[in-house]
Amino acid sequence: MEPAFQNPALLWRNPTRKASYDVVIVGGGLHGLATAYYLAKNHGIQNVAVVERGWLGNGNAVRNTTIIRSNYLREESMPLYELSLKLWETLAADLDYDMLFDPRGVLALAHTKAEANETRRTVYANRLHGIDAEWLEPEEVKAFCPILNISRQVRYPVVGASLQRRAGIARHDLVMFALARGASARGIDLLQGCEVTGFRIVDNRVHAVETSQGAIAAGTVALAGAGRTPLLARMAGLDLPIQSTPLQALVSDGLEAVLNCVVMSGLLHVYVSQAKNGGLVMGAARDNYVSYAQRGSFNILEWQIQAALELYPIMSRAHMLRTWAGIVDVSPDASPIIGRTPVENLFVNCGWGTGGFKATPVSGFVYAHTLAHGKPHALNAPFSLERFETGALVDEHGAAAVAH
Amino acid sequence: MLLITCPCCGPREENEFRYGGEGVAIPTEADERTWARFLYYRDSPAGLFTERWVHTHGCRQWFLVVRDTLTHEISATSRLDEAPP
Repeated sequence: MEPAFQNPALLWRNPTRKASYDVVIVGGGLHGLATAYYLAKNHGIQNVAVVERGWLGNGNAVRNTTIIRSNYLREESMPLYELSLKLWETLAADLDYDMLFDPRGVLALAHTKAEANETRRTVYANRLHGIDAEWLEPEEVKAFCPILNISRQVRYPVVGASLQRRAGIARHDLVMFALARGASARGIDLLQGCEVTGFRIVDNRVHAVETSQGAIAAGTVALAGAGRTPLLARMAGLDLPIQSTPLQALVSDGLEAVLNCVVMSGLLHVYVSQAKNGGLVMGAARDNYVSYAQRGSFNILEWQIQAALELYPIMSRAHMLRTWAGIVDVSPDASPIIGRTPVENLFVNCGWGTGGFKATPVSGFVYAHTLAHGKPHALNAPFSLERFETGALVDEHGAAAVAH
Repeated sequence: MLLITCPCCGPREENEFRYGGEGVAIPTEADERTWARFLYYRDSPAGLFTERWVHTHGCRQWFLVVRDTLTHEISATSRLDEAPP
Protein backbone atom coordinates (compact mmCIF):
# COMPACT_ATOMS: atom_id res chain seq x y z
CA MET A 1 0.00 0.00 0.00
CA GLU A 2 1.27 3.47 -0.83
CA PRO A 3 2.25 5.56 2.20
CA ALA A 4 -0.11 8.32 3.26
CA PHE A 5 0.89 11.92 2.53
CA GLN A 6 2.65 11.25 -0.75
CA ASN A 7 3.07 14.47 -2.68
CA PRO A 8 -0.37 14.94 -4.29
CA ALA A 9 1.07 16.64 -7.37
CA LEU A 10 2.40 13.28 -8.50
CA LEU A 11 -0.78 11.36 -7.99
CA TRP A 12 -2.72 12.21 -11.13
CA ARG A 13 -2.16 13.39 -14.68
CA ASN A 14 -3.03 16.93 -15.76
CA PRO A 15 -4.19 16.05 -19.27
CA THR A 16 -5.05 18.25 -22.22
CA ARG A 17 -8.74 18.55 -22.80
CA LYS A 18 -10.26 16.43 -25.55
CA ALA A 19 -13.04 17.82 -27.75
CA SER A 20 -15.53 15.24 -26.66
CA TYR A 21 -16.20 12.67 -23.95
CA ASP A 22 -18.79 9.98 -23.34
CA VAL A 23 -19.44 11.41 -19.90
CA VAL A 24 -18.62 14.85 -18.50
CA ILE A 25 -18.91 15.09 -14.73
CA VAL A 26 -19.34 18.65 -13.47
CA GLY A 27 -17.60 19.04 -10.13
CA GLY A 28 -14.23 17.69 -9.01
CA GLY A 29 -15.16 17.11 -5.40
CA LEU A 30 -15.35 13.79 -3.62
CA HIS A 31 -18.65 12.71 -5.20
CA GLY A 32 -17.57 13.70 -8.72
CA LEU A 33 -14.26 11.88 -8.37
CA ALA A 34 -15.90 8.81 -6.85
CA THR A 35 -18.38 8.75 -9.73
CA ALA A 36 -15.56 8.91 -12.26
CA TYR A 37 -13.67 6.15 -10.47
CA TYR A 38 -16.64 3.79 -10.37
CA LEU A 39 -17.60 4.57 -13.99
CA ALA A 40 -14.20 3.23 -15.02
CA LYS A 41 -13.90 0.46 -12.48
CA ASN A 42 -17.41 -1.00 -12.44
CA HIS A 43 -18.67 -0.12 -15.91
CA GLY A 44 -15.55 0.14 -18.08
CA ILE A 45 -16.45 3.67 -19.14
CA GLN A 46 -13.14 5.52 -19.34
CA ASN A 47 -13.76 8.25 -21.89
CA VAL A 48 -14.76 10.54 -19.07
CA ALA A 49 -13.81 14.05 -17.96
CA VAL A 50 -14.28 15.62 -14.56
CA VAL A 51 -14.45 19.40 -14.96
CA GLU A 52 -13.68 21.48 -11.89
CA ARG A 53 -13.84 25.27 -11.70
CA GLY A 54 -11.08 25.54 -9.10
CA TRP A 55 -8.77 22.76 -8.09
CA LEU A 56 -9.79 19.24 -7.13
CA GLY A 57 -11.49 18.95 -3.78
CA ASN A 58 -11.47 22.68 -2.99
CA GLY A 59 -15.10 22.86 -1.90
CA ASN A 60 -16.86 20.79 0.73
CA ALA A 61 -14.23 18.05 0.41
CA VAL A 62 -12.01 20.17 2.65
CA ARG A 63 -14.82 21.77 4.68
CA ASN A 64 -16.53 18.84 6.35
CA THR A 65 -16.04 17.09 9.67
CA THR A 66 -15.38 13.67 8.08
CA ILE A 67 -17.99 11.71 10.05
CA ILE A 68 -18.86 8.32 8.56
CA ARG A 69 -21.86 6.32 9.82
CA SER A 70 -24.85 4.43 8.46
CA ASN A 71 -27.41 4.59 11.28
CA TYR A 72 -30.17 6.35 9.37
CA LEU A 73 -33.85 5.76 10.02
CA ARG A 74 -35.72 5.34 6.74
CA GLU A 75 -35.93 2.06 4.86
CA GLU A 76 -34.69 3.78 1.70
CA SER A 77 -31.75 5.42 3.47
CA MET A 78 -30.41 2.54 5.54
CA PRO A 79 -29.24 0.27 2.69
CA LEU A 80 -27.75 3.24 0.85
CA TYR A 81 -25.64 4.48 3.74
CA GLU A 82 -24.82 0.95 4.89
CA LEU A 83 -23.37 0.11 1.48
CA SER A 84 -21.38 3.33 1.79
CA LEU A 85 -19.93 2.21 5.11
CA LYS A 86 -19.12 -1.22 3.66
CA LEU A 87 -17.35 0.46 0.75
CA TRP A 88 -15.40 2.67 3.19
CA GLU A 89 -14.22 -0.46 4.97
CA THR A 90 -12.44 -1.68 1.85
CA LEU A 91 -11.86 1.58 -0.01
CA ALA A 92 -8.22 2.00 1.02
CA ALA A 93 -7.38 -1.51 -0.16
CA ASP A 94 -9.47 -1.02 -3.30
CA LEU A 95 -7.65 2.22 -4.19
CA ASP A 96 -4.35 0.99 -2.78
CA TYR A 97 -4.01 4.21 -0.83
CA ASP A 98 -4.42 4.72 2.88
CA MET A 99 -6.98 7.31 3.90
CA LEU A 100 -6.85 6.75 7.67
CA PHE A 101 -10.40 5.40 7.88
CA ASP A 102 -10.83 4.93 11.60
CA PRO A 103 -13.98 3.14 12.83
CA ARG A 104 -13.67 4.49 16.34
CA GLY A 105 -17.41 4.53 17.04
CA VAL A 106 -20.02 7.27 16.79
CA LEU A 107 -22.20 8.21 19.75
CA ALA A 108 -25.44 10.08 19.07
CA LEU A 109 -26.61 11.65 22.30
CA ALA A 110 -30.22 11.94 23.43
CA HIS A 111 -31.07 14.81 25.79
CA THR A 112 -34.83 14.43 26.27
CA LYS A 113 -37.30 11.60 26.75
CA ALA A 114 -38.67 12.15 23.27
CA GLU A 115 -35.21 12.10 21.77
CA ALA A 116 -34.37 8.92 23.68
CA ASN A 117 -37.48 7.25 22.25
CA GLU A 118 -36.63 8.40 18.73
CA THR A 119 -33.02 7.27 19.10
CA ARG A 120 -34.10 3.82 20.36
CA ARG A 121 -36.47 3.55 17.44
CA THR A 122 -33.56 4.20 15.08
CA VAL A 123 -31.41 1.64 16.91
CA TYR A 124 -34.10 -1.04 16.49
CA ALA A 125 -34.70 -0.11 12.86
CA ASN A 126 -30.97 -0.34 12.18
CA ARG A 127 -30.72 -3.77 13.79
CA LEU A 128 -33.62 -5.06 11.71
CA HIS A 129 -31.64 -4.00 8.65
CA GLY A 130 -28.40 -5.62 9.75
CA ILE A 131 -26.75 -2.34 10.76
CA ASP A 132 -24.85 -2.46 14.04
CA ALA A 133 -26.47 -0.22 16.65
CA GLU A 134 -26.63 -0.17 20.42
CA TRP A 135 -28.48 1.87 22.99
CA LEU A 136 -26.34 3.04 25.91
CA GLU A 137 -27.57 4.30 29.28
CA PRO A 138 -25.81 7.41 30.64
CA GLU A 139 -23.29 5.44 32.73
CA GLU A 140 -22.43 3.30 29.71
CA VAL A 141 -22.03 6.46 27.62
CA LYS A 142 -19.64 7.80 30.25
CA ALA A 143 -17.67 4.55 30.23
CA PHE A 144 -17.33 4.73 26.44
CA CYS A 145 -16.48 8.44 26.37
CA PRO A 146 -15.01 9.47 29.75
CA ILE A 147 -14.80 13.23 29.12
CA LEU A 148 -18.56 13.55 28.64
CA ASN A 149 -20.44 15.30 31.42
CA ILE A 150 -23.44 13.13 32.32
CA SER A 151 -24.57 15.26 35.26
CA ARG A 152 -28.34 15.73 35.55
CA GLN A 153 -27.77 19.28 36.80
CA VAL A 154 -27.30 20.83 33.37
CA ARG A 155 -29.57 22.42 30.82
CA TYR A 156 -29.42 19.46 28.43
CA PRO A 157 -28.58 16.29 30.39
CA VAL A 158 -27.42 13.16 28.58
CA VAL A 159 -30.22 10.63 29.01
CA GLY A 160 -28.59 8.04 26.79
CA ALA A 161 -27.06 7.57 23.37
CA SER A 162 -26.94 5.31 20.38
CA LEU A 163 -23.59 3.84 19.46
CA GLN A 164 -22.49 2.57 16.09
CA ARG A 165 -19.10 0.96 16.65
CA ARG A 166 -18.29 0.51 12.94
CA ALA A 167 -18.77 4.22 12.32
CA GLY A 168 -15.95 6.72 12.56
CA ILE A 169 -13.92 9.22 10.59
CA ALA A 170 -11.44 9.29 7.69
CA ARG A 171 -8.88 11.76 6.48
CA HIS A 172 -10.75 13.90 3.91
CA ASP A 173 -7.82 15.11 1.81
CA LEU A 174 -6.38 11.61 1.52
CA VAL A 175 -9.78 10.41 0.29
CA MET A 176 -9.64 13.07 -2.39
CA PHE A 177 -6.05 12.15 -3.36
CA ALA A 178 -6.91 8.46 -3.48
CA LEU A 179 -10.00 8.90 -5.65
CA ALA A 180 -8.29 11.34 -8.03
CA ARG A 181 -5.33 9.02 -8.36
CA GLY A 182 -7.57 6.01 -8.90
CA ALA A 183 -9.68 7.78 -11.51
CA SER A 184 -6.68 9.23 -13.35
CA ALA A 185 -4.92 5.86 -13.45
CA ARG A 186 -8.01 4.43 -15.13
CA GLY A 187 -7.78 6.97 -17.93
CA ILE A 188 -10.18 9.60 -16.69
CA ASP A 189 -9.27 13.22 -17.47
CA LEU A 190 -9.38 15.52 -14.46
CA LEU A 191 -9.67 19.06 -15.84
CA GLN A 192 -8.96 21.70 -13.22
CA GLY A 193 -9.56 25.41 -13.64
CA CYS A 194 -12.35 24.52 -16.05
CA GLU A 195 -15.52 26.31 -15.01
CA VAL A 196 -18.84 25.41 -16.59
CA THR A 197 -20.53 28.52 -17.99
CA GLY A 198 -23.46 26.92 -19.77
CA PHE A 199 -24.96 23.86 -21.38
CA ARG A 200 -25.70 23.31 -25.05
CA ILE A 201 -29.20 21.87 -25.06
CA VAL A 202 -31.02 21.17 -28.34
CA ASP A 203 -34.50 19.62 -28.46
CA ASN A 204 -34.39 19.03 -24.72
CA ARG A 205 -31.20 16.98 -25.00
CA VAL A 206 -27.82 18.09 -23.71
CA HIS A 207 -24.98 17.83 -26.22
CA ALA A 208 -22.11 19.77 -24.69
CA VAL A 209 -20.95 21.82 -21.76
CA GLU A 210 -19.61 25.31 -22.31
CA THR A 211 -16.62 25.97 -20.11
CA SER A 212 -14.03 28.65 -19.43
CA GLN A 213 -11.68 26.50 -21.57
CA GLY A 214 -14.15 26.14 -24.44
CA ALA A 215 -16.98 23.78 -25.31
CA ILE A 216 -16.70 20.08 -24.54
CA ALA A 217 -19.06 17.71 -26.32
CA ALA A 218 -20.60 15.11 -24.05
CA GLY A 219 -22.79 12.06 -24.52
CA THR A 220 -23.92 12.38 -20.94
CA VAL A 221 -23.56 15.26 -18.51
CA ALA A 222 -23.53 14.48 -14.81
CA LEU A 223 -23.90 17.28 -12.29
CA ALA A 224 -21.98 16.78 -9.05
CA GLY A 225 -21.71 20.38 -7.95
CA ALA A 226 -22.93 20.15 -4.32
CA GLY A 227 -23.62 23.69 -3.08
CA ARG A 228 -23.35 25.18 -6.57
CA THR A 229 -25.97 22.82 -7.98
CA PRO A 230 -28.75 25.47 -8.06
CA LEU A 231 -26.51 27.71 -10.18
CA LEU A 232 -25.63 24.88 -12.59
CA ALA A 233 -29.27 23.83 -12.81
CA ARG A 234 -30.30 27.37 -13.64
CA MET A 235 -27.80 27.39 -16.56
CA ALA A 236 -29.53 24.28 -17.87
CA GLY A 237 -32.97 25.81 -17.44
CA LEU A 238 -33.67 23.24 -14.75
CA ASP A 239 -35.48 23.83 -11.47
CA LEU A 240 -34.41 21.81 -8.45
CA PRO A 241 -35.83 21.84 -4.91
CA ILE A 242 -32.42 22.73 -3.49
CA GLN A 243 -31.33 25.66 -1.35
CA SER A 244 -27.67 26.35 -0.67
CA THR A 245 -26.69 27.52 2.79
CA PRO A 246 -23.49 27.72 4.86
CA LEU A 247 -22.55 24.93 7.26
CA GLN A 248 -19.85 25.92 9.72
CA ALA A 249 -17.19 23.96 11.53
CA LEU A 250 -14.15 24.75 13.62
CA VAL A 251 -11.01 23.17 14.96
CA SER A 252 -9.10 23.74 18.18
CA ASP A 253 -5.35 23.82 18.72
CA GLY A 254 -3.65 20.43 18.95
CA LEU A 255 -4.29 18.78 22.29
CA GLU A 256 -3.38 15.49 23.90
CA ALA A 257 -5.67 12.62 22.99
CA VAL A 258 -8.79 13.09 25.12
CA LEU A 259 -11.58 11.97 22.84
CA ASN A 260 -11.58 8.40 21.54
CA CYS A 261 -14.79 8.49 19.50
CA VAL A 262 -17.12 10.77 17.58
CA VAL A 263 -19.90 12.33 19.65
CA MET A 264 -22.90 13.93 18.01
CA SER A 265 -25.71 15.86 19.60
CA GLY A 266 -28.52 16.54 17.19
CA LEU A 267 -30.45 18.64 19.66
CA LEU A 268 -27.50 20.89 20.51
CA HIS A 269 -26.08 20.85 16.99
CA VAL A 270 -22.58 19.98 18.08
CA TYR A 271 -20.50 17.14 16.68
CA VAL A 272 -17.02 16.54 18.01
CA SER A 273 -14.14 14.28 17.15
CA GLN A 274 -10.43 14.60 17.68
CA ALA A 275 -8.26 14.56 14.59
CA LYS A 276 -5.02 12.62 14.43
CA ASN A 277 -3.06 15.85 15.02
CA GLY A 278 -4.93 16.44 18.28
CA GLY A 279 -7.26 19.17 17.06
CA LEU A 280 -10.83 18.95 18.26
CA VAL A 281 -12.98 19.14 15.13
CA MET A 282 -16.50 20.43 15.69
CA GLY A 283 -19.39 20.76 13.31
CA ALA A 284 -22.20 23.21 13.94
CA ALA A 285 -25.73 23.90 12.81
CA ARG A 286 -26.49 25.33 9.41
CA ASP A 287 -26.94 29.03 8.89
CA ASN A 288 -30.43 28.96 7.49
CA TYR A 289 -30.11 31.65 4.82
CA VAL A 290 -29.19 31.15 1.18
CA SER A 291 -25.51 31.91 0.66
CA TYR A 292 -22.57 31.18 -1.59
CA ALA A 293 -20.09 33.13 0.54
CA GLN A 294 -18.48 30.13 2.31
CA ARG A 295 -18.86 31.81 5.67
CA GLY A 296 -21.59 31.94 8.26
CA SER A 297 -22.71 33.96 11.25
CA PHE A 298 -20.81 33.98 14.53
CA ASN A 299 -23.85 33.30 16.70
CA ILE A 300 -23.97 29.77 15.31
CA LEU A 301 -20.44 29.07 16.53
CA GLU A 302 -21.11 30.76 19.86
CA TRP A 303 -24.14 28.55 20.49
CA GLN A 304 -22.21 25.47 19.46
CA ILE A 305 -19.33 26.22 21.84
CA GLN A 306 -21.72 26.93 24.71
CA ALA A 307 -23.21 23.47 24.21
CA ALA A 308 -19.78 21.86 23.83
CA LEU A 309 -18.56 23.34 27.12
CA GLU A 310 -21.54 21.95 28.98
CA LEU A 311 -21.03 18.49 27.48
CA TYR A 312 -17.22 18.54 27.78
CA PRO A 313 -16.08 20.82 30.62
CA ILE A 314 -12.49 19.74 29.86
CA MET A 315 -12.63 21.82 26.66
CA SER A 316 -12.94 25.13 28.50
CA ARG A 317 -9.25 25.95 28.03
CA ALA A 318 -9.00 24.88 24.40
CA HIS A 319 -8.46 27.58 21.80
CA MET A 320 -10.44 27.90 18.62
CA LEU A 321 -7.82 27.83 15.90
CA ARG A 322 -9.80 28.09 12.66
CA THR A 323 -13.42 28.27 11.60
CA TRP A 324 -14.81 27.77 8.14
CA ALA A 325 -18.01 27.13 6.25
CA GLY A 326 -18.95 24.97 3.33
CA ILE A 327 -21.96 25.64 1.13
CA VAL A 328 -24.35 22.73 1.42
CA ASP A 329 -27.15 21.84 -0.98
CA VAL A 330 -30.18 21.09 1.15
CA SER A 331 -33.23 19.26 -0.16
CA PRO A 332 -36.68 19.51 1.44
CA ASP A 333 -36.54 16.01 2.98
CA ALA A 334 -32.82 16.04 3.88
CA SER A 335 -32.22 13.19 1.43
CA PRO A 336 -30.23 13.33 -1.80
CA ILE A 337 -31.59 13.57 -5.33
CA ILE A 338 -29.78 11.12 -7.63
CA GLY A 339 -31.02 10.40 -11.11
CA ARG A 340 -32.44 11.68 -14.34
CA THR A 341 -33.69 15.20 -14.98
CA PRO A 342 -36.32 16.47 -17.43
CA VAL A 343 -33.41 17.21 -19.84
CA GLU A 344 -32.30 14.12 -21.79
CA ASN A 345 -28.81 12.86 -20.92
CA LEU A 346 -28.47 15.38 -18.10
CA PHE A 347 -28.25 13.71 -14.70
CA VAL A 348 -28.11 15.16 -11.25
CA ASN A 349 -26.62 14.06 -7.95
CA CYS A 350 -27.25 16.65 -5.25
CA GLY A 351 -29.08 17.40 -2.04
CA TRP A 352 -26.65 15.56 0.23
CA GLY A 353 -26.83 18.67 2.36
CA THR A 354 -24.91 18.42 5.59
CA GLY A 355 -23.98 14.74 5.30
CA GLY A 356 -22.27 14.14 1.98
CA PHE A 357 -18.82 13.05 3.13
CA LYS A 358 -19.93 9.71 4.55
CA ALA A 359 -21.79 8.97 1.34
CA THR A 360 -18.80 9.58 -0.95
CA PRO A 361 -18.29 5.94 -2.05
CA VAL A 362 -21.94 4.99 -2.42
CA SER A 363 -22.79 8.26 -4.13
CA GLY A 364 -20.17 7.54 -6.77
CA PHE A 365 -21.20 3.87 -6.92
CA VAL A 366 -24.92 4.41 -7.59
CA TYR A 367 -24.43 7.54 -9.71
CA ALA A 368 -21.96 5.71 -11.96
CA HIS A 369 -24.51 2.90 -12.32
CA THR A 370 -27.23 5.43 -13.14
CA LEU A 371 -25.06 7.10 -15.79
CA ALA A 372 -23.91 3.82 -17.31
CA HIS A 373 -27.40 2.34 -17.61
CA GLY A 374 -29.43 5.52 -18.11
CA LYS A 375 -31.60 4.53 -15.17
CA PRO A 376 -31.08 4.31 -11.42
CA HIS A 377 -29.61 1.48 -9.39
CA ALA A 378 -32.19 -0.12 -7.06
CA LEU A 379 -30.55 1.70 -4.14
CA ASN A 380 -31.02 5.19 -5.55
CA ALA A 381 -34.36 4.63 -7.32
CA PRO A 382 -36.28 6.07 -4.31
CA PHE A 383 -34.11 9.20 -4.45
CA SER A 384 -35.54 10.53 -7.70
CA LEU A 385 -36.46 14.10 -8.49
CA GLU A 386 -40.03 12.92 -9.15
CA ARG A 387 -40.60 12.14 -5.46
CA PHE A 388 -41.41 15.78 -4.80
CA GLU A 389 -44.39 15.43 -7.14
CA THR A 390 -45.49 11.93 -6.11
CA GLY A 391 -45.06 12.73 -2.43
CA ALA A 392 -42.86 9.68 -1.78
CA LEU A 393 -40.38 11.69 0.28
CA VAL A 394 -37.53 10.04 2.18
CA ASP A 395 -37.87 12.21 5.22
CA GLU A 396 -34.69 12.09 7.23
CA HIS A 397 -35.45 15.32 9.08
CA GLY A 398 -35.45 14.70 12.79
CA ALA A 399 -33.68 11.40 12.31
CA ALA A 400 -30.70 12.87 10.58
CA ALA A 401 -31.28 16.31 9.15
CA VAL A 402 -28.98 18.22 11.44
CA ALA A 403 -27.04 15.30 12.81
CA HIS A 404 -24.86 14.50 9.86
CA MET B 1 -23.89 37.94 12.65
CA LEU B 2 -26.13 39.83 10.26
CA LEU B 3 -27.56 43.16 11.36
CA ILE B 4 -31.08 43.27 9.98
CA THR B 5 -33.19 46.40 9.94
CA CYS B 6 -36.71 45.35 10.85
CA PRO B 7 -39.14 47.76 9.16
CA CYS B 8 -41.07 48.03 12.44
CA CYS B 9 -38.39 47.79 15.16
CA GLY B 10 -35.19 49.04 13.53
CA PRO B 11 -31.76 47.38 13.37
CA ARG B 12 -31.52 44.17 15.39
CA GLU B 13 -29.19 41.17 15.56
CA GLU B 14 -29.85 38.24 13.27
CA ASN B 15 -30.68 35.81 16.06
CA GLU B 16 -33.87 37.72 16.81
CA PHE B 17 -35.13 36.64 13.40
CA ARG B 18 -36.05 33.50 11.52
CA TYR B 19 -35.45 32.94 7.85
CA GLY B 20 -38.21 32.37 5.32
CA GLY B 21 -36.45 32.36 1.96
CA GLU B 22 -38.29 33.04 -1.25
CA GLY B 23 -41.93 33.99 -0.88
CA VAL B 24 -44.26 31.79 -2.91
CA ALA B 25 -47.93 32.48 -3.54
CA ILE B 26 -50.46 29.74 -2.78
CA PRO B 27 -51.50 28.31 -6.14
CA THR B 28 -55.10 28.45 -7.26
CA GLU B 29 -54.68 25.51 -9.62
CA ALA B 30 -53.18 22.51 -7.89
CA ASP B 31 -51.99 19.79 -10.24
CA GLU B 32 -49.11 17.74 -8.85
CA ARG B 33 -46.43 19.77 -10.57
CA THR B 34 -47.79 23.09 -9.35
CA TRP B 35 -48.31 21.77 -5.86
CA ALA B 36 -44.75 20.36 -5.72
CA ARG B 37 -43.39 23.70 -6.81
CA PHE B 38 -45.39 25.51 -4.16
CA LEU B 39 -44.35 23.12 -1.38
CA TYR B 40 -40.74 22.38 -2.13
CA TYR B 41 -39.14 24.59 -4.74
CA ARG B 42 -37.46 27.76 -3.50
CA ASP B 43 -35.06 30.00 -5.39
CA SER B 44 -31.40 29.85 -4.37
CA PRO B 45 -29.68 32.51 -6.50
CA ALA B 46 -26.14 33.87 -6.36
CA GLY B 47 -26.32 37.66 -6.00
CA LEU B 48 -29.22 39.91 -5.05
CA PHE B 49 -32.10 37.98 -3.52
CA THR B 50 -35.45 39.26 -2.23
CA GLU B 51 -36.29 37.00 0.68
CA ARG B 52 -38.58 36.85 3.68
CA TRP B 53 -37.56 37.07 7.32
CA VAL B 54 -39.75 37.15 10.42
CA HIS B 55 -38.89 39.12 13.57
CA THR B 56 -39.63 36.23 15.95
CA HIS B 57 -38.29 37.92 19.08
CA GLY B 58 -39.65 41.36 18.25
CA CYS B 59 -42.77 42.51 16.44
CA ARG B 60 -43.36 39.01 14.93
CA GLN B 61 -43.95 40.56 11.51
CA TRP B 62 -42.85 38.96 8.25
CA PHE B 63 -41.06 41.36 5.94
CA LEU B 64 -38.86 41.46 2.84
CA VAL B 65 -35.08 41.74 2.80
CA VAL B 66 -32.92 42.35 -0.28
CA ARG B 67 -29.62 40.61 0.46
CA ASP B 68 -26.62 39.69 -1.67
CA THR B 69 -26.03 35.95 -1.24
CA LEU B 70 -22.38 36.37 -2.32
CA THR B 71 -21.51 39.05 0.27
CA HIS B 72 -24.39 38.89 2.79
CA GLU B 73 -24.81 42.66 2.35
CA ILE B 74 -28.37 43.83 2.98
CA SER B 75 -29.42 46.70 0.71
CA ALA B 76 -33.09 47.17 1.63
CA THR B 77 -35.87 45.89 3.87
CA SER B 78 -39.57 46.59 3.55
CA ARG B 79 -42.92 45.71 5.06
CA LEU B 80 -45.12 43.27 3.22
CA ASP B 81 -47.86 45.90 2.81
CA GLU B 82 -45.43 48.27 1.09
CA ALA B 83 -44.31 48.13 -2.51
CA PRO B 84 -41.46 45.57 -2.73
CA PRO B 85 -37.96 47.10 -2.52
